[in-house]
Amino acid sequence: MKIDDEMIDYVSALAKLSLPDDEREKARQDLQSVLEYAQVLSEVDTGGVEPSSHVAEAVNVFREDEIMPSFDKREILKSAPRVKDGQYLVPKTVE
Amino acid sequence: MKTALEYGRLLAERQIGARELAQSFMDKISSGNGKYNAVLRTCGESALSAADEAQKRLDVGAALSPIDGVPVLVKDNISTKGIKTTCASKMLADYVPPYDAAVIEKLRNAGAVIIGKTNMDEFAMGSTSETGYFGAVSNPWDASRVAGGSSGGSAASVALGFAPLALGSDTGGSIRQPASYCGVTGIKPTYGAVSRYGLIAYASSLDQIGALSIGAGDLRAALDIMTGIDKRDMTSADALKPSAQKVKPIGEMRVALPKEYFGEGLDDGVAKCVLSAAKELEKMGAKVSECSLSSVRYAVPAYYIIACAEASSNLSRYDGIKYGMRAEKYEDLSDMYEKTRSEGFGAEVKRRIRLGAFALSSGYYDAYYLKALKVRSIIKQAFYKVLEDYDMILCPASPVLPPEKGESLADPMQMYLSDIYTVSVNLAGLPGLTMPCGFCGGLPVGCQLIGRAFEENALLTAAEEYQKATDFHLRAAKEAGL
Repeated sequence: MKIDDEMIDYVSALAKLSLPDDEREKARQDLQSVLEYAQVLSEVDTGGVEPSSHVAEAVNVFREDEIMPSFDKREILKSAPRVKDGQYLVPKTVE
Repeated sequence: MKTALEYGRLLAERQIGARELAQSFMDKISSGNGKYNAVLRTCGESALSAADEAQKRLDVGAALSPIDGVPVLVKDNISTKGIKTTCASKMLADYVPPYDAAVIEKLRNAGAVIIGKTNMDEFAMGSTSETGYFGAVSNPWDASRVAGGSSGGSAASVALGFAPLALGSDTGGSIRQPASYCGVTGIKPTYGAVSRYGLIAYASSLDQIGALSIGAGDLRAALDIMTGIDKRDMTSADALKPSAQKVKPIGEMRVALPKEYFGEGLDDGVAKCVLSAAKELEKMGAKVSECSLSSVRYAVPAYYIIACAEASSNLSRYDGIKYGMRAEKYEDLSDMYEKTRSEGFGAEVKRRIRLGAFALSSGYYDAYYLKALKVRSIIKQAFYKVLEDYDMILCPASPVLPPEKGESLADPMQMYLSDIYTVSVNLAGLPGLTMPCGFCGGLPVGCQLIGRAFEENALLTAAEEYQKATDFHLRAAKEAGL
């Protein structure tokens, strides 16, 4: 798998990370070298093997839909970088 | 030298006071931390008032646990209400959690006194504790070398006598490898044994909270407190605490030495120390023999693809809106996301997010992510198969001695490869313990015990017996004058 400039730009856009021109080559090489190393996995015969996204015997955990106290709004908003009138302040999203 | 349990006993017997003890450890940190950067902040008044509360109980013989009043340090990715929790990232440099992690609730309910937060790799992504925003942690045995990572601050703190007990987290070896580099004992419990509620996520299917101390007895005490089901973590299991688990005497234990773990790439000095530990266990009556675990060569690539995929998803929450930092200048919403994340994350975190985003992207998902998940199944089965015939596996924790600072930052691929002996344990969800087993050129070497799921007590018992017969675990403590 060859990682070119277009691919590293695409991956950065997916990850919402900007990629200045002077960092592109390093980022490209880093991804390239890990993927080259990961090639070793293609040796493994995984035919008929189920993937393990989890080691635990994962089952749905259900609970009753009960009304319980939640965190205090003022406490939670203390963590936000920008707040106005008790709400998160974000840039305009709809014209 | 004193363990957490010994301090607990002295407190219960009122030979020492809880406030004085907490103050003396915080004083030791403020005078000794400068050179090592193991601790990011101490808790001051809040620690002293918790100590005063403990003292009231101790005075009337009503200790809540064997470590009531004992000072504890906590890795900075475990949420502590009212105490900054930064993950050693610029992104969370000013974040103060509005709640305690489940393990912190449990420790507080057991009377433990939280005296500070320890340094780490940024978001636990690293094997050297050098990638954090607040600088690298130095190895207590040689400050020009790394302490290991990502729980390097917790491991170094125990070795330096900053606290008798510290919490860490382990996603691919982040407790076991720094324990080896710093000459302390550390355990990663079985996946699900300890609630992850309040542990800031890196790779959720691999992350697990554990503990570090001088000796195995303290780790049992810590896990006795922390183990158990928690509805707030859907992967948490109804696990028995270690001291309630049945365990064989050491003389009946069967120990496997996987031959692939002693091959190419392993430092001769490390190999010698680990094999001498095998001999020691044999002397104590354990049956030690060779086994095969050929899947080891696939563990590192499978681990990095899975861990980074999960990280890219988990870290998408840092959007500059609900918590954490936000960039000062931006044009619109999308630009705000990009600038915030680009300024807030360090190089290693960005590297892993990009790899994860690639592995999950349409067109490459099957070839990389799904393939890695299938390899994970094969690795898990291989470990389970060996553990049908054996009670535990003995192997190195790291193929090398602690590297010089800076080497791993220059060559991240080399750093990833050094995780070869630890990552499989997380992929398989098994418990792993590292304990000191010798020295090489003045640097400590640790060996790793890997056990069956939910059988931590077998590892703790073997380690405890080993530590009765040897004194490697006491040397770090002696040096630090604990």
